Amino acid sequence: MTAKNQVGTALRAAFPHTIPILAGFVFLGIAYGIFMNSLGFSAIYPILMSLFIYAGSMEFLAANLLISGGFNPLNAFLLTLMVNARHLFYGLSMLDRYKGTGKKKFYLIFGMCDESFSINCTVNVPKDVDKGWFMLCVTALNHTYWVIGAAIGGLFGSLIRFNTEGLEFVMTALFVVIFIEQWLHAKRHASAFVGVGVSVICLVLFGGGQFSLPAMLGILGVLSLSRKTLEKKAEVEAA
Amino acid sequence: MTTLTVTQQILTIAVVVAGTMVTRFLPFLVFPPGKETPKYIKYLGDVLPPAVIGLLVVYCLKDVHFLSGNHGIPELAGVLSVALLHLWKRNMLLSIAGGTICYMLLVQLVF
Repeated sequence: MTAKNQVGTALRAAFPHTIPILAGFVFLGIAYGIFMNSLGFSAIYPILMSLFIYAGSMEFLAANLLISGGFNPLNAFLLTLMVNARHLFYGLSMLDRYKGTGKKKFYLIFGMCDESFSINCTVNVPKDVDKGWFMLCVTALNHTYWVIGAAIGGLFGSLIRFNTEGLEFVMTALFVVIFIEQWLHAKRHASAFVGVGVSVICLVLFGGGQFSLPAMLGILGVLSLSRKTLEKKAEVEAA
Repeated sequence: MTTLTVTQQILTIAVVVAGTMVTRFLPFLVFPPGKETPKYIKYLGDVLPPAVIGLLVVYCLKDVHFLSGNHGIPELAGVLSVALLHLWKRNMLLSIAGGTICYMLLVQLVF
């Protein structure tokens, strides 16, 4: 099979798996672009941020970092590490699957968002399709949907005639949905409680401007200290 | 509150890009094929994600004044409608759109 055929076959095999994400990403991407527009950023911001950060929740938070709290790179870096820490565990799950994909591996890792990860780690790639190209197509298609959505929202957001006051709530809504999804999938809710509890305590103690860093450290601390208890519970339930 | 200069904005975005890349590339650098993953790391992988999402929900609501103004009623109604829509239909887009529209109507027309 020629290289061109190989890519075409992989693209045709990958596309159907990405259709739900096409709908979701274009919608959320447009919302992100309009959101950035409503904050006063030109379209180049959502386009470049969706292209290079490519981690939805972090892009919304990055917009917040740009407009409030002043210039604080260390805080931004630590917040990013905490918010995106789940990628570490996607990576651990994909160590084997991305093996042997050659130069494609760099982009596969760069573009490993929640949705691409969930497709690439669960789909059985047909035998006549190259696994590396298939995963690359999934990753690239999703990435494209997201950037196109953000570009549409950013470019045409200013043409929108209706009052966009309150649109920023789309970020809160996104996290609430993810929180509920995780809650429904999880057997135990201790760490969700720790996350909300420690955050609320730190918010009351430190105030809205500076609570995130102590909250992050507090969550890491509490979860590390309660490791034995939580692991024991997991074992009891598994038995 | 100070506004960031363009250079500071670019640096902030660059730091966010770098942080994101660290989280994506680190496992592949630290654990080359065939090496065992420490149990503590596996444990954090299990328990950190729900906690971080909880932090994010609180982060989004950090500027709400529950004791003055509108007492956070639009926010609570928004969160509640997202949750109810999601538990009812389990459709991510519907829940996000419905909750956001509910919130927008409240802050624009009622409060």
